[in-house]
Amino acid sequence: MRMIALIIIVLSGGLLLYATQDFPQWADPASPASLHLSPHYIQKSMEETSVPNLVTAVLADYRGFDTMFETTVIFCAGVACFMLLRISRQTPEDRYYRHISTGVTIHIKDGGKIPDKSKEFERIDTMWTPFDLVIKTVCRFLIPFIQLFALYVIAHGHHSPGGGFQGGVILGASIILLAISHNLRTATKRMNEKLIGLLCVTGVFIYAGTGALCLLIGLNFLDYSALASVLFLDPVSARSFGILIVEIGVGIAVMATMIWIYNNVSSAGKYDEGL
Amino acid sequence: MIWQLDLAILTLVVVCAIAAISVKDLLGSAILFGAYSFMMCLLWAIMGAVDVAFTEASVGAGVSTVFFVAAVFRSTRRTKD
Repeated sequence: MRMIALIIIVLSGGLLLYATQDFPQWADPASPASLHLSPHYIQKSMEETSVPNLVTAVLADYRGFDTMFETTVIFCAGVACFMLLRISRQTPEDRYYRHISTGVTIHIKDGGKIPDKSKEFERIDTMWTPFDLVIKTVCRFLIPFIQLFALYVIAHGHHSPGGGFQGGVILGASIILLAISHNLRTATKRMNEKLIGLLCVTGVFIYAGTGALCLLIGLNFLDYSALASVLFLDPVSARSFGILIVEIGVGIAVMATMIWIYNNVSSAGKYDEGL
Repeated sequence: MIWQLDLAILTLVVVCAIAAISVKDLLGSAILFGAYSFMMCLLWAIMGAVDVAFTEASVGAGVSTVFFVAAVFRSTRRTKD
């Protein structure tokens, strides 16, 4: 059976490699894809949307409908992860606490616990008990800079590589770094489950709502030049600002989804002890 | 585009891909997949698709590796086959 599978894979791989010979050359200006629509985007995107980064203009404006459903796909991935993994029923389990001033670790069995407000003990994960001050301090120091960079990537997507997806992922990664370097409870205290779910929906809603607003004003769905009357701008700048609004929506949705998936996967749906 | 660099990275992509599916340790496999993503990111940067390279670096090499490690942490580290 394995041999048959191997033969099929090698054959189909060879077929695919053979088919790539019919592809146009790399960066061939005479290839069908470069003849039809690309010249219009390259020549007109600056005067139509005033966005120097062509990729952002195509992604969020000319192909805005496509990107809206990409965001929806990411949202669906987060919801699916939540549905599959989340367990609300808590079984009694062992817990570890550290006495803060002496560093002594105590182990409490069968669901017993020390009051959460206790100033002398802090809860630690069962899988990882050592106290690592260097990692905690360095991550605490780094996270604000990572978040600042993420906001720059989202806001500067018009001029440089980047945009909602990348910025959102980096923003989510900063919270995931907090969860890894401290523990999951520290991260969920900052971004609790309800807030994450709400942000996830808000991001998609901002995107779809912008499109629906354009429709209400009287132009096509996601034709941002309709926003000119709302933002008191000329239609070209309105398209530029429409792209920014949409990118912010994408960023929020992607950030929340990344944190949501991480929380569910790393704690096996219990939101108690993570990686 | 420097063809020597291109060839070296392409070789590394293939090596990482084969290693990622043949290694028995799933944690190692996750790390190798991250390395594969990073090599793909370099390839895209060489070809001039900077936006795609950025996405690959943040999503493929960054967050998805974390997801894989988290999934390995919550399941087994060793494959059955």
